Amino acid sequence: MINDIQAYGLLAEFHTPADAMHAAEKVRDAGFTRWDVHTPFPVHGMDEAMGLKDSKVGWFSFLGGSTGFTLGYLMIWFMNSYNYPIVVGGKPLMSPMFPFPVVYEMTILLSAFGAIFGMLFMNRLPKLYHPLLKNCRFKGATHDKFYVIIETADPRYSDAGTRELLESAGCKHMETVED
Amino acid sequence: MASSSTAPQLKISAPPREIEREPLVLNQRSPGWISDQIAGIIEGKTPTWWWVTMAISLPIMLMCFIMIGYLISTGVGVWGLNSPIAWGWAIVNFVFWIGIGHAGTLISAVLFLLRQKWRTSINRAAEAMTIFAVMCAGIFPGIHVGRIWFAWWLFPLPNANGPIWPQFRSPLLWDVFAVSTYFTVSLLFWYMGLIPDLATIRDRCKGVVRKFFYGLFSLGWTGSNRHWSNYEKAYLLLAGLSTPLVLSVHSIVSFDFAVSQVPGWHTTIFPPYFVAGAIFSGFGMVLTLMIPLRSLFNLQDLLTVRHIELMCKVTLATGSIVGYAYGMEFFIAWYGGNPYEAYAFQNRAFGPYWWAYWIMISCNVITPHLFWFKRVRTNMVFVWILSIFVNIGMWFERFVIVVTSLHRDYIPANWSYYSPTYVDVLTFIGTFGLFMVLFLLFIRFLPLIAISEVKGVTNHADPHHPLGGAKGGHHS
Repeated sequence: MINDIQAYGLLAEFHTPADAMHAAEKVRDAGFTRWDVHTPFPVHGMDEAMGLKDSKVGWFSFLGGSTGFTLGYLMIWFMNSYNYPIVVGGKPLMSPMFPFPVVYEMTILLSAFGAIFGMLFMNRLPKLYHPLLKNCRFKGATHDKFYVIIETADPRYSDAGTRELLESAGCKHMETVED
Repeated sequence: MASSSTAPQLKISAPPREIEREPLVLNQRSPGWISDQIAGIIEGKTPTWWWVTMAISLPIMLMCFIMIGYLISTGVGVWGLNSPIAWGWAIVNFVFWIGIGHAGTLISAVLFLLRQKWRTSINRAAEAMTIFAVMCAGIFPGIHVGRIWFAWWLFPLPNANGPIWPQFRSPLLWDVFAVSTYFTVSLLFWYMGLIPDLATIRDRCKGVVRKFFYGLFSLGWTGSNRHWSNYEKAYLLLAGLSTPLVLSVHSIVSFDFAVSQVPGWHTTIFPPYFVAGAIFSGFGMVLTLMIPLRSLFNLQDLLTVRHIELMCKVTLATGSIVGYAYGMEFFIAWYGGNPYEAYAFQNRAFGPYWWAYWIMISCNVITPHLFWFKRVRTNMVFVWILSIFVNIGMWFERFVIVVTSLHRDYIPANWSYYSPTYVDVLTFIGTFGLFMVLFLLFIRFLPLIAISEVKGVTNHADPHHPLGGAKGGHHS
């Protein structure tokens, strides 16, 4: 029966951010693609150590902001000068000025939606199931431990080779994670 | 030359003591200690003082709802409003509570952009304070419309009254958008900051019910660095968006007054003056809340005297801006040459409401200047008492602006005097009950200090520090 359980990946535990970062550099240089580092707080410099590109969340925020800006002006133009034109103080029905405070707030609101929902989308969250969250040892990832996980699905993964690589990086504990 | 191939040994001596920074987390506490300490507050037994405070706050909150029920069922006549003074305590309380909220956003967003790492120990509680304060604030414009069942007219919703829409030239409508955007963005920012900490609690807690709820709201967070990368970008963006937002919210609140033609309201200084006052009052409230929490939960290593001192300095800076604005208002009232404006200001200081004006001046102009002294800033009891004076002074500032400007307008035949009724008073006190109930629930069920963020500012988190595992070697 034990053979039926698929291995998700190899989990290596580190006790300091520096160790985890050096390990990440080794894994990056070995050319792995399906792997990750789990830390209780963002470690400064880890993105470079993992070879990650700049996050794309900014684009979602920009898209949200542009939508908010356009939608705000369109809404006010539609409501106050097209669908129900109303003259106030003998002023023109539409001007870029008076809607500005509302448009400004809508720009910020939708940019913020873009930032947070873009972040959740890029991270594929919320996630109802993750093999690592079943692992008892992994609870340290939100406490004070640092983990490098290399998935078995990685084309460069091999039981012996990957184990040796992580051992040479100086991990304190290693185990296979079930899928 | 064989000796030239070996690099010269560089010895960097420690900086002199007086320019060394005090650490943000005292006693070299480790990341593990930080989670234990903060999550321990939620996991431990509910303290007796919590039950006592809750038992006091709940009936006060209920009183607020009863008063609102009485107002709605009877009409705005139960308040002390009269003909020229159509804006009384409701608007005073609205501006007061909205202002309180501003410190939370300043700490979470502006100080983040300015790389003030000390914010990490106070941002979570301050953001919670913002959200609850905005909730208290939101009650008042809703109920002061009189026929509350028409409050939805504030929003541009399609309706059966023919094509009829809100009128977007009104600053009151700008306010609807500003406050609702502020509440939504603050809530999202706060919740996003909570995600990694909820995961910490999820991974520690024992009970099935707790595990389910903390698990649900932590969205399956695993601390993946690929996630942190996007998370940090989103955090930076939200900080960058909240900064212009927080400045705009109280500016727009001030437009409610400044865009009108009432002497005493119609001034261009209002937006910056309101924003500074809001941050001043908000820091007053943060100090009022954090000083007791720090001792009750033994958080002295995380919320150090340095943190309190820095907050006192922000209070001093913003309080000075407020004091300057009071002086400048008077100068312009004289220099502008408008007799109505000049009269409004003379009347403020020496008219029937002189007492409110001088309470405001003594609390807001004198109090912050005591923070010039280190002995004051480091005395927790004294700072706490002064923070209460800031809260009182800022409430009176709004009272002075709203009531004294309205009670004597252009035609003396319209002049009147405004006094609140017991309904006004009890509704306002009731909102403190609501605020306290929400805040007590927050400190009982959610981490009141941002665990992952505080871990990130310790030496243990720095891969280039010996405590973070640096061996002194070079890494690529």
